[in-house]
Amino acid sequence: MFEIHCPYCDEKRPEIEFAYAGEAHYVRPNAKEQAVMSDEDWSRYMFIRNNIRGEHAERWWHNAGCNMFFNAIRDTVSDKFVMTYKMGKPRRTPAQIDKARTAQNDGAES
Amino acid sequence: MKYSAVSLFANALSGHKKWPVQFPDKELKKSYDAIIVGGGGHGLGAAYYLAKRYGITNVAVLEKGWIGGGNTGRNTTIIRSNYLFDESAAMYDHAVDLWDGLGQELNYNLMFSKRGVLMLAHNIHDVQSFQRHVHANRLNGVDNKWLTPQECKAFCPPLDISQDRRYPVMGGALQMRAGTARHDSVAWGYARAASKLGVDIIQNCKVTGIRRGADGAVEGVETEKGYIASSKVGVSAAGNTSVVMEMAGLQFPLESYPLQALVSEPIKPVMPCVVMSNAVHAYISQSDKGELVIGAGTDQYTSYSQRGALHLQEHNLMSICEIFPIFKRQRMLRSWGGIVDVTPDRSPIVGKTPVQGLYVNCGWGTGGFKATPGAANTFAYTIAHDEPHKINAPYNLDRFVGGRLIDEAAAAAVAH
Repeated sequence: MFEIHCPYCDEKRPEIEFAYAGEAHYVRPNAKEQAVMSDEDWSRYMFIRNNIRGEHAERWWHNAGCNMFFNAIRDTVSDKFVMTYKMGKPRRTPAQIDKARTAQNDGAES
Repeated sequence: MKYSAVSLFANALSGHKKWPVQFPDKELKKSYDAIIVGGGGHGLGAAYYLAKRYGITNVAVLEKGWIGGGNTGRNTTIIRSNYLFDESAAMYDHAVDLWDGLGQELNYNLMFSKRGVLMLAHNIHDVQSFQRHVHANRLNGVDNKWLTPQECKAFCPPLDISQDRRYPVMGGALQMRAGTARHDSVAWGYARAASKLGVDIIQNCKVTGIRRGADGAVEGVETEKGYIASSKVGVSAAGNTSVVMEMAGLQFPLESYPLQALVSEPIKPVMPCVVMSNAVHAYISQSDKGELVIGAGTDQYTSYSQRGALHLQEHNLMSICEIFPIFKRQRMLRSWGGIVDVTPDRSPIVGKTPVQGLYVNCGWGTGGFKATPGAANTFAYTIAHDEPHKINAPYNLDRFVGGRLIDEAAAAAVAH
């Protein structure tokens, strides 16, 4: 079972309090975009996922806690969380992820 | 050497020290007529059928680990074909047809046992939907029949059918042609039979790249052991399909999840069949060694780690104890996880890809083992003819653009 750091509670809590909510940073197209989207575009939005083997940006929902959604970077090979961050913040850059990983390896809180 | 009672006796006289290697390690050739990426049951089966039925014997199977070490050796060995939709019934029943007599064909003891799979109904909705399955199956020529709770109990005596339980048994659908097989035997049996027909089985050989020509067609694959040329590459890499497809610049509608299973300490024969319950959500059978083999759903998050969380196992066991209070004091021996590639409609993708010469057999999710011979045969047909077999034609990649999904996710209400 994971211990997951909720960025809203600012606390590490057990996985059973959370629900996984799929890959992060998938933005639903707005009405203007939808009007010109092809079947291929819809397929990409609906069905295609990156399914990363490595550091994966994903959403989690603290449904048995503060009930907030947030984003996380987790390594899907080691299952180790590199960092979590609040909803609405942009996709983490490789440099930010590297920094968080280094800090974690040094024993600091992510 | 042909395995038989005579060869067993002869080898006993020499202390079982002179059995020949089942599938010898081969040196990689520079080129092949076809390459299969992934040495699980599906990939080895495809190589076998390519050589046996479709006349392509210059084939290599590339496996990054060892034969039988992936999902083929990590599942709960259940075989059945009682699926709702016509496309599914055709595919899975084709597999069940091939399971029959496969041990003889491969000259390998697969321990295929048609002990029956009983799917329990616990509420009115279950009863209605399973009876619909029974009728749909009958129209498709797939055996499946409805049992009352008393008939379920008579067929599977350890079952608790008392009606005061939280989830009482209200009946069940029984498929008698369904059952179990020894899973890693399936990989070894196909490997040995394919190897005899001239297929090279290369273990510890990870594919690191897919090389494409100026016209975009496949030219060969880069591996840890060097470059191999081939104009036909079939990918049968289960949970790692997305990673391999990325090498050809393709993105697939797949997500990889851990699926766990566990076994109890061995006990005397008590479970005569396989029992599945979608509403309580667990499935159980007993191996010939005596272990109770237990499984349920995937973990909630995507992962490639081949392990899952302990609280999921606890949940599985609570479900088993609900249906079989008799097993409450049974101790668990070991558990493991495999990585399954799940599609949005929970049906597989078997066929051609947008890249000429690149074929894929993936997306079997939590239910790939039962389909092994059927998937392998139709996949081999597709590779040999550059056209899908009529059974796997509906399982194309285009359905995720056109919208003609084979929605077993909705039909089964759980991963399956």
